Amino acid sequence: MATVKLRTLAHSRTGDKGDTSNISVIAYRPDDFTLLQEQLTAERVQDYFAELLPAGAQVKRYELPHLGALNFILPGALKGGVTRSLAVDAHGKCLGAALLDIAIEAAGTPH
Amino acid sequence: MKVLRIGSGAGYSGDRIEPAVELAEKGELDYLVFECLAERTIALAQQSRLADSEAGFDPLLEERMRRILPYVVSSRGGRRLRVITNMGAANPVAAARLVRRIAAELGGALKVAAVTGDDVLALVAPDSLLDNQQTLAQMGDRVISANAYLGIEGIVQALQADADVIITGRVADPSLFVAPQVFEFGWAVDNWPVIGQATLVGHLLECAGQITGGYFADPGFKDVEGLARLGFPIAEVGSDGSVVITKVAGSGGCVTPATCTEQLLYEVHDPAAYLTPDVTADFSGARFDLLEADRVAVSGASGSAKPSSLKVSVGYLDGWIGEGQISYGGPGALARAKLAREIVLERLRLVGVECEDLRADLMGVDSLHGAGIGARGPEPWEVRLRVAARCALKGDALKIGNEVETLYTNGPAGGGGAVKSVRQVVAVASLLVDRAQVLARVHLEDR
Repeated sequence: MATVKLRTLAHSRTGDKGDTSNISVIAYRPDDFTLLQEQLTAERVQDYFAELLPAGAQVKRYELPHLGALNFILPGALKGGVTRSLAVDAHGKCLGAALLDIAIEAAGTPH
Repeated sequence: MKVLRIGSGAGYSGDRIEPAVELAEKGELDYLVFECLAERTIALAQQSRLADSEAGFDPLLEERMRRILPYVVSSRGGRRLRVITNMGAANPVAAARLVRRIAAELGGALKVAAVTGDDVLALVAPDSLLDNQQTLAQMGDRVISANAYLGIEGIVQALQADADVIITGRVADPSLFVAPQVFEFGWAVDNWPVIGQATLVGHLLECAGQITGGYFADPGFKDVEGLARLGFPIAEVGSDGSVVITKVAGSGGCVTPATCTEQLLYEVHDPAAYLTPDVTADFSGARFDLLEADRVAVSGASGSAKPSSLKVSVGYLDGWIGEGQISYGGPGALARAKLAREIVLERLRLVGVECEDLRADLMGVDSLHGAGIGARGPEPWEVRLRVAARCALKGDALKIGNEVETLYTNGPAGGGGAVKSVRQVVAVASLLVDRAQVLARVHLEDR
């Protein structure tokens, strides 16, 4: 087993709607999707961003296997949404880039 | 087979103008669509309109139209180019009058339509509960605007009336693109799978450059050529529902299945239930197939019945945000910035500033992802302290920036580049209304 950064396996874009952020994670190679599906669970993403999420917020994950894509929904992550938030990045557009630093256990040699 | 060519000329109000001109000149388009209305833009526009009855539309409308209308005027007789945009914001009728005047100056007698009916401030019940858990009545005179997201109806009517330019206020972004497809192909508006696919076209195009390589590049992982001259997208829609996303040959950027997939999920929650006024769209089966360089075929979207209610965005005044920033650099920058942060927070307590919400970030360290994730990086050479607070009173908000600025002579060594600002907060909350309450109307400027 080799540990690689998610960044080497997938790309990402982050969107906002009201107080909710959505982060897509898209495998570069279709074969890697199973790794993402197994290891990049909603629970793991929720733990990763725990500091940014309000108490009780549940991260939800949608799967699009034929596109090699996962879509994570982070309710309450935007501190009231772009119109009220005090954050530098009120849209939360930089969140996906942080997720790409997460570690994935890949079989065999890293790509 | 008839093939309709729709271009996207703006992904937001302040977007680049040259790519839209390039589309008008070289895109062989039937329609050029400009999506320019962010969530709270209409509330800000409503404030402008209250101050001046001929104001309240997009500030770049005139410049965009002066650049684009020559192609609309000259397209008469050839492949006809028409323009659809939500740049009308809070005053589509005044915007239409201006567009008509510009067209006349350019030597063309264009038919310009304004779509209204989205302003529902007078219609919504005072006891309506918003998603911020307050009623309209509780928010009282802080409420500025209430606009329903209209669907395709008004735009289709305007196209049937032969308008060359259609200016709307609040319309769901994809509907700006669905309307010409429905009009040109005569699709039934309750043919849900077809409307779902047409909505996917709109969703993919509405952020303009975000599907042609903009907001995509990550050097060494996702390289994109020519972002300084990024081409904006074109959808080629066949009467059989087939779709190809492409761009003007020779422009910068790229269209690939990867750019399309990122945009597919952008601002989407459940891909199987994307709600618009026109349809409950299902993007979960969407597929992207590369046909050749910068040509991607899109298929597989579907849909089911449209929602029975419409979303209404309510703009309201929500106090003031005061902010101050100052930088520290060199050895020990992080420690000095942390000390500066402690000093400002203590000062705000000592001075007795009333804040509803307050945060103090170290830019370069923890401002984007929080202290936990941010702590993983090496210690930075430079750090910028940023303190921001939302206050009910402007006077309190002013003190936030002042307490950062006074770090110059009262704070840690070597602070520089202090700035401060105060702005009034125009916030947005939403509610749902029965769609039967809302009626789109078309106003024609043709004489």
